Amino acid sequence: MGWARKILRVDLSKGTCKSEPLNMEWAQQYLGQRGLATKYFVEEVDPKVDPLSPANKMIMATGPLTGTMASTGGRYSVITKGALTGAIACSNSGGYIGAELKMAGWDMIIFEGKSPKPVYLWIQDDVAELRDAAHLWGKTTWDTEEIIKSTHHDPQVRVCSIGRAGENGVLYACIVNDLHRAAGRSGVGTVMGSKNLKAVAVRGTVGVSGIRDFKAFMTATTAAKKVLADNAVTGQGLPTYGTQVLMNVINEMGALPTRNAKEVQFEGARKISAEAMHEKRLSDGKANLVTNAACFGCTIACGRISQVDKNHWSVVNSPKYWGATGGLEYEAAWSLGAADGVDDLDALTVANMICNEDGFDPITFGATVGAVMELYTMGVLTKEQIGIEAPFGSAQALLEIAHMTAEGRGFGKEMGLGSARLTAKYGHPELSMSVKGQEFPAYDPRGIQGMGLTYATSNRGACHLRSYTVASEVLGIPVKTDPLVTEGKAGLVMAFQDATAAFDSSGTCIFTTFAWSLVDLAPQIDAACEGGEAGWSVERLAELGARIWNMERLFNNAAGFTAKDDDLPARLKTEPAQTGPAKGLVSGIDKMVPEYYKLRGWDTAGVPDKETLARLGL
Amino acid sequence: MQKSLHIDPSKCTGCLQCEMACSYENYGVFNISKSRIKVFNFEHEGRKVPYTCTQCAEAWCLNACPVDAIRIDAATGAKIVHEDVCVGCKVCTIACPFGTINYVADSGKVQKCDLCGGDPACVTACPTAAITYVDADWTGLEKMRQWAGKTNTQPRASA
Repeated sequence: MGWARKILRVDLSKGTCKSEPLNMEWAQQYLGQRGLATKYFVEEVDPKVDPLSPANKMIMATGPLTGTMASTGGRYSVITKGALTGAIACSNSGGYIGAELKMAGWDMIIFEGKSPKPVYLWIQDDVAELRDAAHLWGKTTWDTEEIIKSTHHDPQVRVCSIGRAGENGVLYACIVNDLHRAAGRSGVGTVMGSKNLKAVAVRGTVGVSGIRDFKAFMTATTAAKKVLADNAVTGQGLPTYGTQVLMNVINEMGALPTRNAKEVQFEGARKISAEAMHEKRLSDGKANLVTNAACFGCTIACGRISQVDKNHWSVVNSPKYWGATGGLEYEAAWSLGAADGVDDLDALTVANMICNEDGFDPITFGATVGAVMELYTMGVLTKEQIGIEAPFGSAQALLEIAHMTAEGRGFGKEMGLGSARLTAKYGHPELSMSVKGQEFPAYDPRGIQGMGLTYATSNRGACHLRSYTVASEVLGIPVKTDPLVTEGKAGLVMAFQDATAAFDSSGTCIFTTFAWSLVDLAPQIDAACEGGEAGWSVERLAELGARIWNMERLFNNAAGFTAKDDDLPARLKTEPAQTGPAKGLVSGIDKMVPEYYKLRGWDTAGVPDKETLARLGL
Repeated sequence: MQKSLHIDPSKCTGCLQCEMACSYENYGVFNISKSRIKVFNFEHEGRKVPYTCTQCAEAWCLNACPVDAIRIDAATGAKIVHEDVCVGCKVCTIACPFGTINYVADSGKVQKCDLCGGDPACVTACPTAAITYVDADWTGLEKMRQWAGKTNTQPRASA
């Protein structure tokens, strides 16, 4: 079965927690997590809803493999209408709380309404209740977790919470769990804060027992783990270097957006790379990287645990940043580093800690700092307005702005708008490197053309995790494609989008797909879940992925998005790459989008046609 | 040859596959709260440490048990709780210096690692060989090998 077959509905307005059976008919069509929770969401929420109103809902959902021995089977997702984007949002996180929720006997939690006062949800197996959180409001995610564990006299409680960013309405606030894992993008933490929900704390001792065929499941998961172990990326590259393995590679390709995407190569890339994290610092003789770490059930272990030099100027008077904690992964190292022209590894690590501590997305934050630095360079924003001189490359400015954003102080309030609103406010919307209001991450569409289409068509605003064609265009997985051409990318993006939606609905991590395809996932799901006579085949999962993608698209269309929102910032289309292998190139997005619509079975306005909807059962 | 569990914390990533394997082996479910091996996270030092019963030669839990519910498995050397005899008095949990024998409220008995009859599930599940099952007399063999490898790195003197 895989599923716990039970969901928790929390009405924050009334203060009630009720159990209801999982809709098993929908589970057969949407599997779990991203797919199934989005199905619930679109059935229950008006697409036109204001994301920060009580009428918006927020769903925390596990997948059928969450809490099992499937490798990486510890994921959960947060589904809502995004505060930053106004589009469907689905932010995925690892750590341990997803598995804990499943082991407490719940597939998902649906939050609705708004609490009249700050509360947190306490779950101990089948007992769920809202508790007063007055004493937690204003606390960081780190302090919140510690206080809750202390209150319940139980160090084994798992906690996810918002920090001050989520309370203060920073539009890209995260929900942070287990200190440094996060449902990071689109402002899902902002929605949580708007509901006066500070945290969810879970202790689960029921376990996951409803596996359809345990013996087959152990065989399938063991075989799949071997595939991960034997693969060069998941078996060696990721555990050793983390996602940061890409910093030097992408820079050399001329696809590292630098200084608000004015350039495509960063001269300081080497200093903020995985290799640099391994090297001993001259200052204290220790390396930035302490060790790698795994999320629940993960046999890859790409996580970084880092420690900065205690005498680094940014932390010398702040002992709370002296210990080991979650370190830089590639996107954060790019956004806080290359996007802002900052090459101080320890400063970036501390900025990343602040993002974890107070719960805001380092991708959007760093990219917004990049836009602010460009506005400062142009003289549109001044030292007086920002509170500090903020030229590209200033680590001091990066950290001061991070503290201001975390605390909601001074210019930090402006920062909380994200780059689209902030640059528009100061008369230069063209300087926001975003799609549908969300900043794109660490791959420049001029040097990796498929990623341009990925960003433009992503249902949650610009994002690399909806169709990570870097796998193909850079690493040759499953086949190598030329990153500099647009031909064939529409089909590539579509295939990646559909497969990714299936993975995101299963409870496993997208990083498995460097080694796994649906061929590896299907037997694990089939052994865990009842699937009727057809069972869970590769074809069924691919179709399920397409169904989820079109369902998300229909929601966004109804929310008011149109074909013109499937576009990239003008800079990527008009300012060619000046250096590197992509020199002279701009993004060919205008060529790719129409081809993509056609392959999707959408009309020229980006609306799924009747045949497509009928084929997918929508 | 008797074998024993050997733990190398420096290899542990904190994935908890061992805890799930333990609960599945003993209870047929994935339920880390029922695991007899626990992984501890020393967050601010960046260390994760799996910990379980080391099967003391002179087992204080066994000696303390008033009803002889804890006995030695001759094949593996494991100290095994016989649930049909255990009365749940918890005296063993006090006697054990390491905390690795614990009461289970659901059954009213205590539980501890029994080495799975000589094929420990945690060892099979561990993806990084942080937990191994090795010759009890030679738990240091691998560490010795690693250090031995560092002793002859000088160029050989030519004859």
